[in-house]
Amino acid sequence: MTQASDFESHYDLVVVGGGPAGLAAAALAARAGLSTVLFDENPGVGGQIYRAIGSTPVADRSILGEDYWAGADLAAEARASGARIMTGATVWSLDSARLVGVSVGGQARIIQAGRVIVATGSLERPFPIAGWTLPGVMSAGGAQTLLKAQGMVPAGRTVMAGGGPLLWLLAAQILRAGGRIEAILDTMPRRNWLHALPHLPDFLLSPYAAKGLTLLREVRAKVPVIRVDGLEAAGDDRLREVAFNGRRLPADLLLLHHGVVPNVNLAMAAGVAHEWNARQLCFQPVLDEDFGSSVPGIAVAGDGAGIAGGTAAAERGRIAACAAIRALRPEAFVPDLQTIRQRLQREEMGRPFLDWLNRPADSFRQPEGETIVCRCEEVTAAQICAAADLGCEGPNQMKAFLRCGMGPCQGRLCGLTVTELIAARRGLTPAEVGYYRLRPPVKPVTVRELASLPVAEAERRAVEG
Amino acid sequence: MPAMREDYDVAVVGGGLVGAATAWGLARAGCRVALLDEGDRAVRASRGNFALVWVQSKGLGLAPYSAWTVRSSDAWAGFAALLRDETGLDVCFQRPGGFHICLSDRELEARATALKRLHNQPGAVDIRAEILDRTQLAKMLPDIGPDVVGASYSPLDGHVNSLRLFRALHTAIALRGVRYLPSHRVDAIARDGGVFRLATSHGEVRAGRVALAAGNANMRLAPMVGLEAPMRPERGQIVVTERLRPFLHHPISTLRQTDEGTVMMGDSHEDSIDPAGLTLGVSAKIAERALRVFPLLADANVVRTWSAIRVMTRDGFPIYDESTTHRGAFVVCCHSGVTLAANHALTLAPMIARGALDPSVVEPFSARRFHVQAPG
Amino acid sequence: MFRRLADSGSEVVLVVDGRPVAARTGDTVAAALLAAGFDHCRTTPASGAPRAPYCLMGVCFECLVTIDGIGSRQGCLVPVRDGMVVETQIGRREAGR
Repeated sequence: MTQASDFESHYDLVVVGGGPAGLAAAALAARAGLSTVLFDENPGVGGQIYRAIGSTPVADRSILGEDYWAGADLAAEARASGARIMTGATVWSLDSARLVGVSVGGQARIIQAGRVIVATGSLERPFPIAGWTLPGVMSAGGAQTLLKAQGMVPAGRTVMAGGGPLLWLLAAQILRAGGRIEAILDTMPRRNWLHALPHLPDFLLSPYAAKGLTLLREVRAKVPVIRVDGLEAAGDDRLREVAFNGRRLPADLLLLHHGVVPNVNLAMAAGVAHEWNARQLCFQPVLDEDFGSSVPGIAVAGDGAGIAGGTAAAERGRIAACAAIRALRPEAFVPDLQTIRQRLQREEMGRPFLDWLNRPADSFRQPEGETIVCRCEEVTAAQICAAADLGCEGPNQMKAFLRCGMGPCQGRLCGLTVTELIAARRGLTPAEVGYYRLRPPVKPVTVRELASLPVAEAERRAVEG
Repeated sequence: MPAMREDYDVAVVGGGLVGAATAWGLARAGCRVALLDEGDRAVRASRGNFALVWVQSKGLGLAPYSAWTVRSSDAWAGFAALLRDETGLDVCFQRPGGFHICLSDRELEARATALKRLHNQPGAVDIRAEILDRTQLAKMLPDIGPDVVGASYSPLDGHVNSLRLFRALHTAIALRGVRYLPSHRVDAIARDGGVFRLATSHGEVRAGRVALAAGNANMRLAPMVGLEAPMRPERGQIVVTERLRPFLHHPISTLRQTDEGTVMMGDSHEDSIDPAGLTLGVSAKIAERALRVFPLLADANVVRTWSAIRVMTRDGFPIYDESTTHRGAFVVCCHSGVTLAANHALTLAPMIARGALDPSVVEPFSARRFHVQAPG
Repeated sequence: MFRRLADSGSEVVLVVDGRPVAARTGDTVAAALLAAGFDHCRTTPASGAPRAPYCLMGVCFECLVTIDGIGSRQGCLVPVRDGMVVETQIGRREAGR
């Protein structure tokens, strides 16, 4: 087994995350002669979109679809490039001096990077409905991971709810795998079409249009789709029923999804400036055309740079890698950037349409009453609103008052909800409210691991006097 | 022109623990109070403190500070009960006695010397501190590691849930009608007739009196009303674990378990005042020492580290003062906003409400001490 | 809640809360628990409510379990190994394990 002591203390390029952006970036950089290491905390590379590429037990290629299998080339390219690829390696710290804190097998190391490409991708937007913490309620992405990595298909009475491309794709994959879905509860407001329509022509030119329509037809032919404007998971110790539109549907599994948002934790902890994206309703890093961030030497590529999908992520990774190569080995060969940028542009064309069409209604982003917002510390929407009424105008004061965001997930499943609730309650914009101030470690690290790290004399004196 | 009218009896500047405790005390004394605060973006020591109600080690160099600290420690249980009655929030004050743990003979000797000097100061109060050797200590803290050589102990030391204290104070002031004004950074203070006019980013606030409780920002604000608050802010870092079952029932000066179960480790001092900065090696050293104190923490997960800027006056002692040029302007400034919260709410605020500080209580804490020539 | 499409990999046996549980190589601990029909894998330190894996990609921390004596491990990130000892985590973790 690889250990933390097995790798170098310095790399030209450290890539964090082994999804399409990270794989493409590492491959390009390593081929150009940069000493490159890629860290991913999962057991294998591929990220979420190409999860378990190369190890999936799902043999029938039609189940996951050809878009999934495209990931095999990316992974192979990265493996052949000479980049060091470390899975099971959790990056928990990154600072403006590009010191990377990483743990492998319970051992921590600090690595100096010449450049860093943060390719930590996206995570599913929080979907805080009543009962979403009950066993039996799961994110659609989670169910898709079980399908890709372990060949597991939902059994028993399965209900899906929400919207967005991933929900429909997963529904199709479950059906192709012989699974059954009782109903899909579509939470997307009909009036989204008004905002989406002007962007339809661009969408029709994008690669997503034809695929999307086929997918919708495939699923609708087999599963009842019900439009809902409220949703509740009910049960005592586990999910028993899904309540909507005055109905109660018995269910064993409820899969929730209404889009993905950038996974900002590592970049924010490194001090990268972020801004509110009003269309995608999330924070994203402020980046230049090469995906360079406000912190010199740190780039953010892939969906972490703003949601655009897997194929776009790979192109973004390549652009960020080119910038690293230019900076560190200007004499090395880099592919034609113009071509990459054009491909990226085509990939991104359909985005505004998809974003507007799949924009979750306020009521599904800003819950009320006893609905839990912070799953770790079990803080409710009512508590957050009451603290906002006390004068709490930001998530950091809120965290101090209620402990929301203080659990092990570090706000990943409540941060956007808390920001939006405060904004709505105080009559501010989410941009004005801001986000949790994030600090390393962005993933838990043991006291022993932290204690094992090198300490400079000045740092020792700061503690021991 | 008609005479200027004030909107409030007192404007308290600074919505952290010191300001909120002062505002609550003023409201209890019947004042109409506005609490002006920077809000979420403030460099906020109240969100980054260690939550000790701490007596031992306070007052070396200024004996009345020991007495003032003991007074607050003694008042804390009653203060917590009042807050609970008003808000329903239990701030979990406990005074089980606390330790300062030493990991070498040299540290233990230095500790014993400091306590002896504290004890021998003219006017010293009895803080009941004692030095314990390893055997004595192990009876009270059975989980200590082999590197621990001993500790100092005082039964007067305690701790509290300081974040809940922060929330309880804000809840209590809201219930008592204090007007909390977030995003009101004070840019200028002028006196017009008998009225203080505070210019803020969100308009002007007028009050008959003003109490500056803005931490290190008092350095900027105090001269506006003929006061001074010489500060030397410094950065401290804290490391926090996930919630664990209770294993530690006493606070230690550098390590404590909260009522929620998390273990906080800390006590670093750096000159940097960049609140966003965090030094990994400092976290490592803090963790290494914590591990030597309690080896059973080895596999506990650290879920958070943070740095905060300590509010620190130039000599480390509180500054409580009343302006001689701007009657009705006060400064309330100290490092230990948690320990002294009871005093600020129950002793100091009533004096400000009455319009004059009682010199028999607070004279030693006037900033005039910074002008006294050192002998020799 | 879930069934396997096909029995891939080879069988490994975990011990979960003292009982043998069959899993497959390629499973993570969280996946193995779901495949074996475990309803929840922990109870929360705040209220004691039961929780089951939610995201399976390392961000939600709902799948925390004790693995080989070490508490609060993210079950969705740890591949199973034959003979691995897993315990569901009840409330707060105990210091020292």
